[in-house]
Amino acid sequence: MPLEIAQRVDAKGLSCPMPIVKTAQAVKLMVSGQLLEVLATDAGSTKDFAAWCKTTGNELVESSVEGGVYRFVLRRK
Amino acid sequence: MTAIAEPAMSISAPPIADPAPVVPFHEHEAKPHDILIICYSGELEKTWATMILATTGAAMGAKVRVFLTFWGLQTFVKDQKRITGENVMQKMMSAMQRPGVSHRKLSKMNFLGMGPWMMGKLAKQYKVASPKELLALAMEMGVEFMPCQMTMDMFGLKREDMLDGMGEPVGAATVIALMTEGSAPLFI
Repeated sequence: MPLEIAQRVDAKGLSCPMPIVKTAQAVKLMVSGQLLEVLATDAGSTKDFAAWCKTTGNELVESSVEGGVYRFVLRRK
Repeated sequence: MTAIAEPAMSISAPPIADPAPVVPFHEHEAKPHDILIICYSGELEKTWATMILATTGAAMGAKVRVFLTFWGLQTFVKDQKRITGENVMQKMMSAMQRPGVSHRKLSKMNFLGMGPWMMGKLAKQYKVASPKELLALAMEMGVEFMPCQMTMDMFGLKREDMLDGMGEPVGAATVIALMTEGSAPLFI
């Protein structure tokens, strides 16, 4: 069953700290349990998104990379 | 010379408890924490670092406060202000180093503004948000900016010279109190 994405953030091309900043802003507008998909090209984002989830308590549901594009699916806590 | 007597082996020593398992530092759970940035320097690259860390801290759920002092305070004067201060020396100081977030100079490779211009070009090319953009974001995200009253007095800066959205001017005691209460301090 595909995951139902409630919000999307396209952070492709953006440098640190904008992918995280945009994600935090998007998550703020969501309700608990909703899923957010983030696309980024910043090579530091795999570590950064894991750190962000650990610190904020939101869940990192999926993390993948394809053709230089990092994709993260996060669940709002 | 008297030798120190060995303890009699007959005394039953309490059994040595198993030492507590050592948890490597990096495996401890970090908790969102208050962050206090002391923004002391006015150079472009340091202003950038302050803004990146302030926005990221807010994005990670930490309460971020930025204390603006000495050259760091000049960054938070409105961009359009050219000359600030009340007396001749204060006015001369602002003329020698234009205040405002858009008029920061590099500590190295400034070359009469060539360095910052090139830096700005590169930042655009690599989609790095400018200090000015990050500052607007930081304010939106609830980062608290606290001007230093003493610096304001010394440079003759008035509340209306400062950017809108600044907090109440405070002194060193507020900064120290925040540190002793557990804010992670950063001096930039």
